[in-house]
Amino acid sequence: MNVIELDRVTIQIGGRRVLVDVSLAIRRGEFIGVLGPNGAGKTTLMRGLLGLLPPSAGSIRVFGHAPQRGNPDIAYVPQIRTVLPDLRLRGLDFIATSMRGERWGMPSLARADRIMIDKTLTAVGARGLAERPLSEMSGGERQRLLLAQALLGEPRLLLLDEPLISLDQHYQETVVELVRRFARDRNITVLFSAHELNQLIGALDRVLYLGNGGAALGTVAEVVTAPVLSQLYGADINVVNVDGHIFVLSRGRDVERSDHLHDHDGNGHHQHDHRSHA
Amino acid sequence: MTTMATATINTIIAPMLEYDFMRNAFAAAGVAAIVSGLVGYFLVLRGQTFAGHALGHIGFAGATGAVLIGVAPLWGLVGVTVAAGIGMGMLGERISGRDVAIGVVLALALGFGLLFLHYYTAFAAQATALLFGNVLAVDRAMIVTLIGLGVITLGSLAAIMRPLIFASLQPELAEAKGVPLRFVSTAFLAIVALAVSESAQIVGILLVFSLMVGPPATAQRLVTGMWRGMALSAGLALTEAWLGIAIAYSTDWPVSFCIATLSALGFFVSRGVSLAKANADGHFQGDTTDQDNDRSKSRRDLRWRSID
Ligand SMILES: Nc1ncnc2c1ncn2[C@@H]1O[C@H](COP(=O)(O)OP(=O)(O)OP(=O)(O)O)[C@@H](O)[C@H]1O
Ligand SMILES: [Mg+2]
Repeated sequence: MNVIELDRVTIQIGGRRVLVDVSLAIRRGEFIGVLGPNGAGKTTLMRGLLGLLPPSAGSIRVFGHAPQRGNPDIAYVPQIRTVLPDLRLRGLDFIATSMRGERWGMPSLARADRIMIDKTLTAVGARGLAERPLSEMSGGERQRLLLAQALLGEPRLLLLDEPLISLDQHYQETVVELVRRFARDRNITVLFSAHELNQLIGALDRVLYLGNGGAALGTVAEVVTAPVLSQLYGADINVVNVDGHIFVLSRGRDVERSDHLHDHDGNGHHQHDHRSHA
Repeated sequence: MTTMATATINTIIAPMLEYDFMRNAFAAAGVAAIVSGLVGYFLVLRGQTFAGHALGHIGFAGATGAVLIGVAPLWGLVGVTVAAGIGMGMLGERISGRDVAIGVVLALALGFGLLFLHYYTAFAAQATALLFGNVLAVDRAMIVTLIGLGVITLGSLAAIMRPLIFASLQPELAEAKGVPLRFVSTAFLAIVALAVSESAQIVGILLVFSLMVGPPATAQRLVTGMWRGMALSAGLALTEAWLGIAIAYSTDWPVSFCIATLSALGFFVSRGVSLAKANADGHFQGDTTDQDNDRSKSRRDLRWRSID
């Protein structure tokens, strides 16, 4: 069964066409690595799936329906994370504000919710963050908290927009492995955007490369090849495989690394920096 | 301890409460302080204090305009600030230069306020009352009005509190989860407008911040957790308002001055406390470079504050 279906989808933002005539299908339980340079449309695609950006042409189907905001089956970790530096709020209370946070009235936290939060935090190895105030957490610790938050409440589709930003190498691997295991155990479909293929290579089933409005979906062997990527990016791309690490090079420059240095700012703030890709 | 308390009540508080105007002042200030402390908590949480500030100034035009056409200033204040709050909410959160737009409208509103004053020359005393408050002149009817407005304000706040918190902490996720961000932020600014109108009756338009920003900012530094933060914010606002009135009574200084001073005092003491706590926690690595950093950081803070 296809969880996500795009049929000749075009999405525009402010008159600019970010995705053009994209068709693809993603099956249940697949772990998809979403890659592409800054401004390729990774965030745009996820916002489209969430019903936040309706397509200007074509149709999007998620679980067989047109996307609609507030679908409880979809969990989302946005790329931009607002940080309130002065607020002294415990990790547990922070997560609790997102539980049924869209309902009117006053906030409340049932015992069952508390237990569920506790269990999920433990599952992501972030139990210690429950009692710590958010204002005193590092960027990486906040990231873990957000990941735990996304896994609450039995989602069937995970949209993770660059959850590896500001995590160190070791924890990047931990997070990827954790998401993979969590998703596989529950047959959850995952779209995981990242800036380096190698971060995901052990976990993913297929990759989705975005660029120049287009998309290429397939296994690493099918997609991460010089002809496919050269066509997608409209430039001469070389793919080099060293000891199971894959490097995508454009005129000898490592596309993925050099393009995304700004992401490692380490403080949890992420500025959108949409340089167009040459 | 109890004898001291009884003595205090007998010698200081009881004489004050003999007067009708003092009882009214305490009651009115109490209502406005609790409303301001609670609404202000979210204002500070969302980093929208400038919008709150602007609403007060815009309200000045409403109040003076109302007097000119023979309506009570409170209703001019309420009408214009609520309209302005809704207008600001419609501008949306993400529009760049929103604060600039608000600033321009704020200045324009003050200009209109001045124009209305110009045409109503017998108005100087009332203008001072509007700008700096006149809690000692509050009457019964005003208290009833303040309570009514307060109930509406807090009732509306309670109705949107949950999505408001969600949208304030994680707007991107809240939007995806179906929170109508624009509606929530617009409704909230209308609530702020009501709270500003209440608080302006006590401390005046220019000093609204002393009840709406000082106490919540202090509370957010001191305690962990929302409910405790809200409770402390309201408690601080109430204490500062009442203590301010008491001090004003015994010193003959203006009430608003006393409240503003207490509010600032509370904020800076809490700042000192949290800084000292942070230093104590990290003192094992407190070598010279660290301290230098700290100092330059607080200097930077000061600079920001002076730009504000
Ligand atoms: N709010 C907006 N207004 C106008 N254009 C936008 C907006 N958001 C995104 N865009 C444009 O849409 C394009 C795709 O942006 P998107 O955020 O989807 O890229 P991305 O692949 O997620 O990039 P990144 O790696 O930087 O996160 C970019 O060219 C960007 O300039
Ligand atoms: Mg993005």
